[in-house]
Amino acid sequence: MATVTAGVTRTRRQGHLLARPLHPLAWWLWALGLAVAASRTTNPLLLATIVAVATWVVFARRTDAPWARAFALYLAAGLAIVLVRVIFRVVFAGNQGTVVLVPLPEVSLPGAATGIALLGDVTAESVLAGVYDGLRLATMLICLGAANALANPRRLLRSMPAALHEVSTAVVVALSVFPQLAESFVRVRRARRLRPVAEKGRVAALRRIIVPVLEDALDRSLMLASSMDSRGYGRRGSRSVVLSRLTAGLLIAGLAGLCIGVYALLDGTAPRYLATPMLLAGIAVGVVGLVVSGRSVHRSSYRPDRWRAAECVTAAAGLLAGVAVFATAQVDPVDLYPSLTPLSWPQLPWLALLGIVVALLPAATPRSESGVVGTT
Amino acid sequence: MIEFEQFSFWYPGAAKAAVEAVDLHIPEGELALVVGHTGSGKSTLLRAVNGLVPHFTGGHVEGRVVAGGRDPRDSPPREFADTVGVVGQDPLAGFVTDTVEEELAYGMEQLAVPPQVMRRRVEEVLDLMGIARLRRRALRTLSGGEQQRVALGAVLTSSPRILVLDEPTSALDPAAAEDALSAVLRLVHDLGATVLAAEHRLERVVEYADRLVVVHEQRVRDGKPAELLRDAPLAPPVVELGRLAGWDPLPLSVRDARRAAGALRSSLTGVPARVAPVVPGDARDGLLARRVVVAYGDAVAVRDVDFTAAPGEVVALMGRNGSGKSSLLWALQGSLRRSAGSVSVAGQDPAAASRATAAALVALVPQQATDLLYCDSVAAECTAADQGAGAVRGATRSVFGELVGGAGIDDATHPRDLSDGQRLALALAVQLSGRPRVLLLDEPTRGLDYTAKARLAGQLADLAADGMAVVVATHDVEFVAHTASRVVVLAEGEVVTAAPTQEALAGSPVFAPQVAKVLAPLPWLTVDQVAAALTARSVAHG
Repeated sequence: MATVTAGVTRTRRQGHLLARPLHPLAWWLWALGLAVAASRTTNPLLLATIVAVATWVVFARRTDAPWARAFALYLAAGLAIVLVRVIFRVVFAGNQGTVVLVPLPEVSLPGAATGIALLGDVTAESVLAGVYDGLRLATMLICLGAANALANPRRLLRSMPAALHEVSTAVVVALSVFPQLAESFVRVRRARRLRPVAEKGRVAALRRIIVPVLEDALDRSLMLASSMDSRGYGRRGSRSVVLSRLTAGLLIAGLAGLCIGVYALLDGTAPRYLATPMLLAGIAVGVVGLVVSGRSVHRSSYRPDRWRAAECVTAAAGLLAGVAVFATAQVDPVDLYPSLTPLSWPQLPWLALLGIVVALLPAATPRSESGVVGTT
Repeated sequence: MIEFEQFSFWYPGAAKAAVEAVDLHIPEGELALVVGHTGSGKSTLLRAVNGLVPHFTGGHVEGRVVAGGRDPRDSPPREFADTVGVVGQDPLAGFVTDTVEEELAYGMEQLAVPPQVMRRRVEEVLDLMGIARLRRRALRTLSGGEQQRVALGAVLTSSPRILVLDEPTSALDPAAAEDALSAVLRLVHDLGATVLAAEHRLERVVEYADRLVVVHEQRVRDGKPAELLRDAPLAPPVVELGRLAGWDPLPLSVRDARRAAGALRSSLTGVPARVAPVVPGDARDGLLARRVVVAYGDAVAVRDVDFTAAPGEVVALMGRNGSGKSSLLWALQGSLRRSAGSVSVAGQDPAAASRATAAALVALVPQQATDLLYCDSVAAECTAADQGAGAVRGATRSVFGELVGGAGIDDATHPRDLSDGQRLALALAVQLSGRPRVLLLDEPTRGLDYTAKARLAGQLADLAADGMAVVVATHDVEFVAHTASRVVVLAEGEVVTAAPTQEALAGSPVFAPQVAKVLAPLPWLTVDQVAAALTARSVAHG
């Protein structure tokens, strides 16, 4: 008897660990946690750790799908952000600090731009300020890039609440239009060169390419619309008119509450009771609206992504990183923003570091089998 | 299963009905084939079955339609998703999701099919359509035939009792078309679906059809295929041969025709196959290409190809998709950079010449002929072409007029509103405005019906007779048999056959036209040639 139970347990555990793609929402929560952590510090040691953690997880978990290969682009974009920041500091705000790295003359602009000085001595303080600032932005970008590389953006749309299904279908369709436009643009431009007439003027030439491309796109969208219609998109099924009016009303009321709440929250002079309470009320009404209309939507979902232990671990690990950095900000904010005047070596806040390292955990969750082949 | 009762339809603002007083009854389990010229109202008829006409198009309806017991006028097409499955011409344009599996499930998701049932049906349809190994592939990366199979499968998962197929193969090359058609035939035979299909490639389907629906000038007749084809406006070559020889019953397949053709074969034996002799001019005045190489990175598309086209001849360039036909044409025209080799047209290299000079040497009509057109009326398009080529005002318009024959086309017509054949004619007229010595056409017959193809064949013959060298890249064997004097077959970028048409086609199991298959081992390729031979024989005997 005991052996049988043990066998069952083992089978179940293996079922959890089978290769499968994780729920896209888990990856996005994980990445957002890391990005929030990055937004709360300029400490280069912490930021570098976050980038390392994100990169490690991406390389451990990504598939060979086209969106996964874009991660390198995000890394490059991050590097570019840091460089641009540093260059701006050196060119436009050069003469702060005392530790001179490269002595350069200062150029005062004449005429209308009097008072603006370019260049000046390149100081360690200004370079470091640029690096810290740029690194923070770059790290946040790389975190989002990691989420994009790990979770198929379209699958994220599929896990939208049922009430938003029609909107998310529209977004998916819009996404697939771009590669098609690019394709027909190349084709039309190639064909255009075959005509004996050389177009006069760039605008006319461009117009003669864009008109057929757009006509092509319009034809395609009409065909798509008729195909979607024939296949049941937007079926009302048994939904009653009263119910759809009710849900529409709830959603609009919720949205209005949300807008007023956000406005009051950001505008300090607005009455306080309009701020957080209104925001919460708006969210509550909106959620009720989504749930009610979701119930009445007559559709089902093919192989939905499931939320299991691995998803919990992944999301929690990312959020924990964010929480750890927030907690450090309460206890020990100095280490999160290393001093530039006077220059000092950044210290490592252990609590924040620990939180960030926990975000490595998802690298050990079951690896997904290879995803979609080819480009989309 | 499908009933039309005195059904007429007018598009919004149209004075003339698209179809008029249609009475049609299609019982359960039948394969009904709709035939007719482009623009005869075939599509209107098909789209009325699930209410796309009039819900999607607008317009005025009289009479009624009943599909699966319901009238599409009462509810929009989406409420018919579980009864009527519709597959269109261009599968890619109809895809909503981006992978095969999701596309198959899409329709069921809309119908709220329970997840377990959905899962089971997806697996079944993957097997039924033979696309199980493609399940995770991105739809855009599939070949045309595979895409059309997926489109069929995506409709099947909702288990509709009626399938409406609007020219499911007209945008596909022959291999892909075979692929898609075999899937359709399997549905009809194994699942007993009621199918209403329009199809250009009659010769492949007509033998399986239970009923033929002929749409001619807005009117509809229906009946048994063998009876209706006696005088239908469109017929496959094997039927035309049957009409010529007076066979009864009319054979619909090569197999039936071959069994009926014993007498014809023996009466033709010994009659010399007189194919109109083509005396090509000097190739140095036409197109002369030596050792042309086209490479994209490591991939070699065209490998050391020698190619000539002399004034007065029509050369057909054949071969499967990806064999390098298009690359060779674009390289001969000069827009595509060749990696090695030389091309000369009357002693000049079009790639090195200015655009105006190149246009006077060689013209290319690309696969998507509409890509060439950008003006908003036929007249503006012709004027632009005249100006570009420095031709006399009105020259292009008159060439276009000749190409479309008697059809009076209003100058203000938008090129997009022309039929496929007329649009091709307009693109051809525009490209001829430079008075080129060499004309290259890439897959011109795609989407054309028999009549439009025959017209195009005649036009190309006329151009060649005027001293132009014409090269046609095509898959269409019957078209080659009618048009070309020489055939060049490419495989993997190399020339594998270069021979006169008769020799290249007659003996080949892949390339032989229907008439050659029926009459083998006799040398005739087309019905016209057989007719000429019979006349010659009766003259000799009489």
